[in-house]
Amino acid sequence: MQMENLLEAKNLSKEYVKTAGFFSRTRTSIKALDNISINIKKGITLAVVGESGSGKSTLAKSLIRLVELDKGSIIFKEKNMRTIKGDDLKRTRKNIQMIFQDPYASLNPRMKIIKIMEEPLQIHGIGNSATQYAKILCMIKRVGLVEADLSKYPHQFSGGQRQRIGIARALILEPELVICDEPVSALDVSVQAQIVQLLKSLQKEFGLTYLFITHDLRIVRHIANEVIVMKDGKLIEKGKTDIIFRKPKTKYTKELLASIPGNLSKRK
Amino acid sequence: MKNNILKINNLNVFTNINSRLKLVKNISLNLKKGKTTCIVGESGSGKSLTALSIMQLLSSQLSMTGSIFFEGVNLLNLTKEEIRKRRGKDIAMIFQEPMTSLNPVLTIGYQIEEAIEVHERLLKVELKKRVEELLNIVGIPTDRINSYPDELSGGQRQRVMIAMAISCSPKLLIADEPTTALDVTVQAQILKLLDNLKLKYQMTMLFITHDFGVVNDIADDVAVMFQGDIVEQGSVESVLKNPKHPYTKALLNCVPDSQGKNDLKPIDYSALKKAMG
Repeated sequence: MQMENLLEAKNLSKEYVKTAGFFSRTRTSIKALDNISINIKKGITLAVVGESGSGKSTLAKSLIRLVELDKGSIIFKEKNMRTIKGDDLKRTRKNIQMIFQDPYASLNPRMKIIKIMEEPLQIHGIGNSATQYAKILCMIKRVGLVEADLSKYPHQFSGGQRQRIGIARALILEPELVICDEPVSALDVSVQAQIVQLLKSLQKEFGLTYLFITHDLRIVRHIANEVIVMKDGKLIEKGKTDIIFRKPKTKYTKELLASIPGNLSKRK
Repeated sequence: MKNNILKINNLNVFTNINSRLKLVKNISLNLKKGKTTCIVGESGSGKSLTALSIMQLLSSQLSMTGSIFFEGVNLLNLTKEEIRKRRGKDIAMIFQEPMTSLNPVLTIGYQIEEAIEVHERLLKVELKKRVEELLNIVGIPTDRINSYPDELSGGQRQRVMIAMAISCSPKLLIADEPTTALDVTVQAQILKLLDNLKLKYQMTMLFITHDFGVVNDIADDVAVMFQGDIVEQGSVESVLKNPKHPYTKALLNCVPDSQGKNDLKPIDYSALKKAMG
């Protein structure tokens, strides 16, 4: 069965150029994205796996145009993400939301939670203050917090709770595609399990599509339907999660799988 | 028992302001010579405090009672000067963040030299030779001796930390989440390196982690900490395959298995409380 593609990205390339030193004229360039093409099918979770520096975060940011690409095309719901402007861009961005790795750094410490949650609704002009409040309350309860939490500041929450707030903020705009950039990497295993379960149940409830960026292959196995493996800006391998794990084709993927903690051959 | 290199008896760590507020609650732990013992637990469980107590590097706002015998000597009775002589020489430590543990304005060669010179007097030539040997052991090309920490990758920095830690051939190496900040492939390399060093030098290791996968790869013995308590300890086989304490079971259920067969089960703390009585 051919599933509908929510997003089609073709030949994405991005090069970062830097001068070697303050007085140096020699320039070195790093290909953060080297001719990457991906399709994200509606309703699935696509995981992007790679080590630091593999270009996985650049890929995510380029999809919502937080990074301007050198080359390539991104079609999201029949709109060309690279050329749309103004209101069109704003409306499309509402449809693609992001959850970040560091729940400490991605919430404004001077804003109460109610303000943090209101802001996206106000920017996109959704509802009046009464309907906004009802909406926020419903969402905040859905992610496991209570009404009293709305009048607190981010520092009054634990890491896991902050990540719940980050998720609520992303979902309040009812996006179709949610980009999760290492959302559980900074969390304890027990909290990690809670957040993964929450993301899975929200996906079912709202029919979300996830682009899930991670370096932890164990999490991939639990959450993703499909996987792409990246290294040095290149796409190394892609396929169904099950197949990648059982029959990896490339040497690099095999190496990654062998490095999963608990998989090292024991010396005994 | 003769083969216990370190014996912690009834260790308590509490705040100076309120001595009833215990962060580590009456724990006892023995480290077997030449073996790796892992302390596993969530953040706030007291695993790092236990490690710092051994090194006597606790914050001045905290106090401790109990005894920590290292080769028959109670570390808690030593003067500051006496403990300083052991720190780095008999007992060494590596930390989670290699970048914040290295001095950014000194070359790595200099910093390794410094670690040796605190405890040993060597000629300049000998010192350099020793540093090169150490770099070889941890797998850093010796031509990087004059590199600064920011010129190295995260994995290489951790290797430098390991070189400094083993520079005086310590009998006990305490590793506080040494691979948590690293990529999986690099993590695997560092774990292998530590394991090889342990076997080669008959070193005892106390390894702190929150990852049961890592425990499975490196530990001989395991102690599980929960809210300042050691709730279960034993050999790695018995704890991982046949956990007895409800908290160990719950924590193991949170760990994503590499097969992806079991659903992740978050810890239900209220059920846990009931089970623990």
